[in-house]
Amino acid sequence: MSHEQLPPGDTPHAHGGVCQIRAENIHKRFGPLEVLKGVSLTVNKGEVVVIMGPSGSGKTTFIRCLNFLEEPDQGRVMVCNLDVDCAEKNPSRTRGRTIRQLRVKAAMVFQSFNLYPHMTALGNVIEGPVQVLGMGREEATRVGEALLKKVGLSDKRDEHPSRLSGGQKQRVAIARALAMNPEVVLFDEPTSALDPELHEEVLQTMRQLAKEGMTMIVVTHEVAFAREVADRVVFMADGVVLEEGPPGELLVNPKHPRTRSFLRLVEH
Amino acid sequence: MLELLQRAAPFLLQALWTTLWIGVISFVLSLLVGLLVAVARMYGPWLLRAPAAAFVSVIRGTPLLTQILLVYYGLPQLGVTIEAVPAVILTLALHAGAYTSEDIRGGIQSVDKGQWEAGYSSGMTFAQVMRRIILPQAIQTITPSLGNRFITMIKETSLASVVTVVELTRVAEQIGSATFRYMQMFVIVAVIYWAVNSLLSLGQAKLEERMRRAYR
Repeated sequence: MSHEQLPPGDTPHAHGGVCQIRAENIHKRFGPLEVLKGVSLTVNKGEVVVIMGPSGSGKTTFIRCLNFLEEPDQGRVMVCNLDVDCAEKNPSRTRGRTIRQLRVKAAMVFQSFNLYPHMTALGNVIEGPVQVLGMGREEATRVGEALLKKVGLSDKRDEHPSRLSGGQKQRVAIARALAMNPEVVLFDEPTSALDPELHEEVLQTMRQLAKEGMTMIVVTHEVAFAREVADRVVFMADGVVLEEGPPGELLVNPKHPRTRSFLRLVEH
Repeated sequence: MLELLQRAAPFLLQALWTTLWIGVISFVLSLLVGLLVAVARMYGPWLLRAPAAAFVSVIRGTPLLTQILLVYYGLPQLGVTIEAVPAVILTLALHAGAYTSEDIRGGIQSVDKGQWEAGYSSGMTFAQVMRRIILPQAIQTITPSLGNRFITMIKETSLASVVTVVELTRVAEQIGSATFRYMQMFVIVAVIYWAVNSLLSLGQAKLEERMRRAYR
């Protein structure tokens, strides 16, 4: 089997503009249930956006729509110069290709880590670069080692995931996402599967990323993280965005009663 | 008995070799058949899924002996003449492939959905995720049943004797009829099958143990 390589894609500053992540009017239903009722979001380069909301609000589905783990029924997703119209359902070759290129630019960190159990920590990190970006094994190894160092796991390079703690697994998963050199990293409740004492190491890694200017969209209940790191907080409920704003406003003085009651619940 | 064994030994060795290579080649081909059928049934379009399902149903619902006879004696009537050995290999591969496809299907389905998502979210194609992420994990689940399939395969090669292939069982029959010592010859051959398969079982256990340790 040949491994199909994706071209490196345009640089973020191609077309004169700065790379933006934009979702327009995203609709998604699962059978009779309309999970997303027209959600739009624009995230600028270097911005950290935290999405909050009660379970069932559609926040996880929304972030999964951004790299097509869920295929939206309607709407439009744009990552930099890549633009996918979701209503257009002809499964053409180019559409599949565009979606794969888009996924490279919008890397995902999962709640349940989803590390490859049959590969070492390093193997997990370099798999994408080697298979998808067509990077040489040697170069990928250099990149992978640097990333493992960055997340503080150099000594776990040759361990399989079964030997790692939850927090370590998630940090490897973050390194794996970064290895694709993405434009944005999508975090889907990255600490929710972890014991409380392991949250901090993952959040610390994310804070560091934010400080380095990585564009991040984070679905989380970690209010303290949002307050400290987010440029903007988006509050979702019942498949729509209820309100959004800087954490200093939205978390301190929310306009919507549902936001208020939610915040009361998660903060105590 | 010893004298008989001595005289029969060269023939038995030759026949054992035939049994083994027919078994091995058929088995390897059956893995390919199984993988193709499994993937067709799970991910193929309707046009592929239906025939693949029918294939598994027919193969599992009919005796292997009938299938071998049909391929070797039946097909020539339609102008398709296949030599005995290739005919047996073809039939064994298809037959075992139908069963293996079910094992492989189960193995693939046992891999967590998140593994697909992780692969896809990094921009991999279906084939890449399958080959690099899913199959290596599925194989661990499937190995025990594949080991059993291989042992079954070695035993099923004996059916080749009915279509003139000179493998272990056929040799026993030939020498038995020439010397009127059927009892001795079939016992000898049975012991050979048993010894080979015991060795295979041992190897299988070792392999499974190694795979269990591989991810630690």
